[in-house]
Amino acid sequence: MFSTKNFNRSKPYIFLLLLFPSLLWILQFITGNLGVNPIERIMDEFGLMALRLIILTLTITTLANIKKLKSIVLFRRMIGLFAFYYVTLHFSTYIFLDHFLDINFIFKDIIKRPFITFGFISFLCLIPLALTSTNQMVKRLGFKVWKKIHYLIYPAVILSSFHFYMLVRADKTEPMIYMGIIVLLLLQRIAKKLNPLELVR
Amino acid sequence: MKILGSEITPYSTYLNRRKFIKGTFATALATTISSNVFANHQASPDIYNKFLGENDTINSYEEITTYNNFYEFGTHKKHPSLNSGNFNPNPWSIKLEGLINNPQTIDLEKLLSKVTVEDRVYRLRCVEAWSMVIPWQGFQLSELIKIADPLSSAKYIQFVTVLRPEEMPGQQKRTIIWPYREGLRMDEAMNSLTILATGLYGHKMPNQNGAPIRLVVPWKYGFKSIKSIVAIRFLNEQPETSWETLAPWEYGFYANVNPSVDHPRWSQSTERRIGEFKRRETLMFNGYEEEVAHLYKDLDMTKFY
Repeated sequence: MFSTKNFNRSKPYIFLLLLFPSLLWILQFITGNLGVNPIERIMDEFGLMALRLIILTLTITTLANIKKLKSIVLFRRMIGLFAFYYVTLHFSTYIFLDHFLDINFIFKDIIKRPFITFGFISFLCLIPLALTSTNQMVKRLGFKVWKKIHYLIYPAVILSSFHFYMLVRADKTEPMIYMGIIVLLLLQRIAKKLNPLELVR
Repeated sequence: MKILGSEITPYSTYLNRRKFIKGTFATALATTISSNVFANHQASPDIYNKFLGENDTINSYEEITTYNNFYEFGTHKKHPSLNSGNFNPNPWSIKLEGLINNPQTIDLEKLLSKVTVEDRVYRLRCVEAWSMVIPWQGFQLSELIKIADPLSSAKYIQFVTVLRPEEMPGQQKRTIIWPYREGLRMDEAMNSLTILATGLYGHKMPNQNGAPIRLVVPWKYGFKSIKSIVAIRFLNEQPETSWETLAPWEYGFYANVNPSVDHPRWSQSTERRIGEFKRRETLMFNGYEEEVAHLYKDLDMTKFY
């Protein structure tokens, strides 16, 4: 069931599954079915989806330590690229729909508001990850360099979880849950580093 | 920008309109449709056009009743409309207490028989940088203050929302220290713009908008306009208010709409009017500068935000 072959076969379905929400929200946006503040709503949906997918890629790496689940690592790149896709939609909504390309305002906003600064840096961190996602790039850079670049996922996930946490006015339960998961995932990596022989089951 | 004085409905116009509506439709409809529906003008927003400012259009009943901040029913904008079905605002009474000559618990029906309910079409600017234009029905808070008859030592008024966790699911979580509390300085409370609203669009106040009675202070951020009020206290010092207690560096006691004093997490210079695509400039005191600016002549509004 958890064979590489089965996983490869299911890739197109997962691709569609991950693409579907964005198409649905865009359709609902166009047809006026996203409530009375559709710009805010679609920006929130894109952003939350991006954060969830970033956390999911880290979770996959952790779970792949379990022998039986090793092959799920095959999905990681696609999910990571979809995370970037949703971050890009989120950021574009902010730039074009929310602030209508008011560059002056946006620039000040990014500099002045820590929560936007965090979100923006997180977006910047993800760009090199997306650009170096192909097999060719791994070869060209060498695995070691490539891996170093991809450590950028850690500042990205931490900053985006703070970005979400700071946005919420009261009842921080949901951002706290994400932060909790992130902490666990980071602890697992530290534990593995300290004791490389004993893999986390 | 100049805001027309005509945005406030004169009472005579209100009465005339009532008479007109009663005369033409009441007899025909009263027997078949409940009084709520009868009083509901959501299908005819045009009747409020004459009270609108030059650049304003009225928001729809749907917009006003499905996009709410009322954390007693949940923290998402749609939660209040979805979760307020079990809330029963009848009967209702309000406790008047503190530094007044006539402390009492007054039944809402009785209170309404003593005051003048009229239309007030106001802009509402939320601290989160969105806004609406809402046709309220209500009476001036100053009328209630007259009934309470405050002592000269009363300088502030505190308002308290009902505490009913069994009917208000949001109160079962400790997002805010319940019950919600707000306050005004006496001169702000006496200002003729300040009203206690009991309805919108001619409909009795929907649960999600603060049934059965709420404050509306149009030149302040929306969170000052406390909902579902059960107690009004007259005090000699500035009362604690909910958001200020929760995050004093973000929310002040005054909370006057002010495009030049930013919230630490976002700019207040622009706002999204619900129903519009592009942001608009936020106006000083939400456009009510003429009526209220004199209240704050001696106040440093960057410090007392």
